[in-house]
Amino acid sequence: MKLLALHQSYANRGRSNSFRGQTPLDSAVDGGNAVKSPSGIFWLILHCLCCLVSLVLGFRFSRLVFYLLFSTTSINNLYTSTTTSFGSATDIAETLSFTTSLRILSPPVVNNTTSAVTSRVVVGRHGIRIRPWPHPDPVEVMKAHKIIEAVQREQKVQYGIKNPRTLIAITPTYVRTFQALHLTGLMHTLMNLPYDVVWIVVEAGGATNETAALLAKSELQVKHIGFEKKMPVFWEGRHKMESQMRLRALRVVREEKLDGIVMFADDSNMHSLELFDEIQKVEWIGAVSVGILAHSSHPDEDPFEVQKTMDEEDDKESTFPVQGPACNSSELLIGWHTFNSLVYKGKSANYIGDMAIVLPRKLEWSGFVMNSRLVWKEAEFRPDWIEDLDTVVAGDGDDDIENPLSLVKDSSMVEPLGGCGKKVMLWWLRAEARADSKFPSGWIIDPPLEMTVAAKRTPWTDFPPELPSNTQKVISATQENAEKRATKTRTPKSRRSSRGKRKHDSKNADARASARTSGERIN
Amino acid sequence: MKNLSWGFILLVFSAFLLNLDAFELRKGQKTERISGSAGDVLEDDPVGRLKVFVYELPSKYNKKILQKDPRCLNHMFAAEIYMHRFLLSSPVRTLNPEEADWFYTPVYTTCDLTPNGLPLPFKSPRMMRSAIQLISSNWPYWNRTEGADHFFIVPHDFGACFHYQEEKAIERGILPLLQRATLVQTFGQRNHVCLKEGSITVPPYAPPQKMQSHLIPPSIPRSIFVYFRGLFYDVGNDPEGGYYARGARAAVWENFKDNPLFDISTEHPTTYYEDMQRAVFCLCPLGWAPWSPRLVEAVIFGCIPVIIADDIVLPFADAIPWEDIGVFVDEKDVPNLDTILTSIPTEVILRKQRLLANPSMKQAMLFPHPAQPGDAFHQILNGLARKLPHDKSVYLRKGEKVLNWTAGPLADLKPW
Repeated sequence: MKLLALHQSYANRGRSNSFRGQTPLDSAVDGGNAVKSPSGIFWLILHCLCCLVSLVLGFRFSRLVFYLLFSTTSINNLYTSTTTSFGSATDIAETLSFTTSLRILSPPVVNNTTSAVTSRVVVGRHGIRIRPWPHPDPVEVMKAHKIIEAVQREQKVQYGIKNPRTLIAITPTYVRTFQALHLTGLMHTLMNLPYDVVWIVVEAGGATNETAALLAKSELQVKHIGFEKKMPVFWEGRHKMESQMRLRALRVVREEKLDGIVMFADDSNMHSLELFDEIQKVEWIGAVSVGILAHSSHPDEDPFEVQKTMDEEDDKESTFPVQGPACNSSELLIGWHTFNSLVYKGKSANYIGDMAIVLPRKLEWSGFVMNSRLVWKEAEFRPDWIEDLDTVVAGDGDDDIENPLSLVKDSSMVEPLGGCGKKVMLWWLRAEARADSKFPSGWIIDPPLEMTVAAKRTPWTDFPPELPSNTQKVISATQENAEKRATKTRTPKSRRSSRGKRKHDSKNADARASARTSGERIN
Repeated sequence: MKNLSWGFILLVFSAFLLNLDAFELRKGQKTERISGSAGDVLEDDPVGRLKVFVYELPSKYNKKILQKDPRCLNHMFAAEIYMHRFLLSSPVRTLNPEEADWFYTPVYTTCDLTPNGLPLPFKSPRMMRSAIQLISSNWPYWNRTEGADHFFIVPHDFGACFHYQEEKAIERGILPLLQRATLVQTFGQRNHVCLKEGSITVPPYAPPQKMQSHLIPPSIPRSIFVYFRGLFYDVGNDPEGGYYARGARAAVWENFKDNPLFDISTEHPTTYYEDMQRAVFCLCPLGWAPWSPRLVEAVIFGCIPVIIADDIVLPFADAIPWEDIGVFVDEKDVPNLDTILTSIPTEVILRKQRLLANPSMKQAMLFPHPAQPGDAFHQILNGLARKLPHDKSVYLRKGEKVLNWTAGPLADLKPW
């Protein structure tokens, strides 16, 4: 049976055992012929030999042999995937090369005999070419990424926004524990934009060096303005003051006649990059939907308590509050979605750092974007349905308006952006630590913390930190670093300080002590 | 003097206008005109340049076959059916055969489908012979030229060789009776038996409605570098590899299966068309035959086709400069595909994308119904029109016979 099968495979080379049906008649005919003629007997013996060799090697090497013998493609630079013991197969192939009187069973010859024109494309079995190291080359990956960048740039030029306008971002801030957290996030968002950005940062309590140092890390054009009043501790007061600070920034836009799109980027908000593409569409004043992330589905309970029961009522209450424009089916602005704070009456946070939900105003400033020309002094730049800034707000900084809608006489002229408010690209969040919480200034531990408290239940043995001599400082520093890496649980960023090397070891020792203290604090 | 000054002002004005146009084209130019070796012929209108007479064959050659299996309308060989329908109602059709330049025989040879939907070509030669016998006995126009002014649509794997296996197809060769006729086929490979001199290569049928419904906004950035979905090893027919696609697809898999730039797999995602629109390059390697609908899909979705098929002849090769539009990679260079693609200069890539964005390019690859100007039907007619006028030698003298009616395998001579 195996012989017949082999005959069949050789005689019907090229005929795929496809689903389209196959005639097994030929194999029987061939088998019969083979037995009768002497060359057939020789062929039979050869096939037996090949069988045995295949059994030994573990794969059907007969096809491989024929391919190697009769393939017209050059064997020198060929690497096939089907051979495991490539070397042994070639040896056997060479020993079998004495068989010369072979019928035209080899595949590549078929094309040559039937076509008159020479073609370099050959029908039949070809090798699967694999290069010596078939893995990605990092240089080429980088080149491919450059190509993709170029293609995307071209796409932006052709299908994206033509003539992008400058973005004027207005951010009220003040020095507090969470300032670095929030401001860094906002800074990186603004740094990632493909547009020109003018960042107006208004700081309550006057312009400080801390904030200035933080802002200097960005490569943006920043206008750091001090607002000479301290930020109050109560949320009500804080919201009011933030509005005043924003108006102060709008005055700067007015005085300096900055041209572009004004958006109110609160430092604790989360912005999606799509938002900035969307607001380029604004003509005069637009509104986007703001997702409010200060929501608990059970306002009557402690927000930190784990919900044990889930009723069907939960579905009704757990809708995500979104502030923004409301449209009818023909995409026209008909009203506003605002935040219903009556549900949370009495349960909301009163002062900064309170362990309760912080509520937003009815309509937050950050949901509005305006063309900067609206606040310019000259009346010819703005349409009739916009009030002049001076008529709405007194110029001394005490007055405030709740949101930019007060500037607009006819609020139906506000453009709803983001799929008519359907797309939320901006999230409002107020996460703050207590106003009296301490944090290292500039988030640099300098001088090192002085408290040393013995840690209980540490897995490592307590041994006093040795202060090695200066000559050995390099070796011991690396040792201690290795130790420190292995053992630290939570260390402040002491290694990243700009201190010199000489004090490095003492710092490490003290940092280790402080590691124990912070570990202790966790316990 | 006044005339001169007016003329001068007019000149300046027109110069200003022309400059404006040129400036707008250069900045953010979206498309570029396409002109192949035959010139800027993609938008030619064939009406008035040729006349086609459609033979009235009994419905057993066309309608009845379609009724038996309506799946023929959706597979990639459906061009023959749609071309017939287009010609029946086209202005180039003439009911007077004396004034016709070309004669069309509507016989659906690729409509005998297996349960899986693949066409069996075993009866096609007999069907074609029978049709030709019919037209040669009922009308005098076949014998007048022995078919030299007739054209046939043979969209199967290897054209008029009527077989799906390449070796068998080469053995059979083109049907002897079609030796003098013009063949409109999807198969094209240089120096191959099954591609006759003077044939018109057309794209395979791809459903235009389906592709249009999967379009995404062009501003979505292209983030995939190379994209391919399809078989690498045809496990049912060629489990060890090396036969299928001459080993080229298997080579692509083995070399690039772990390369993050190559998004290649055998899956059938529902977002296939959307993914192609997010890719920069789309691989179009050969399979059992060198052509595939991937080329059409790549052109429609603006993805630069990477053609891996030695000596292939692409559709409408005289009207479309494929060298400028696609990337051709020899099968032996497949292991270096990543180097080849990353070393293409950026301006060349952007130019290729501009050419692909040309709407007339996309139209030329489609067979929409109802037909639209510039589509593949019109390109076929343009190709036929470019072959006019017929050489005097096609008209045979009285009694002269060129074709051998008894040539070919015995099985073909049986009546259908």
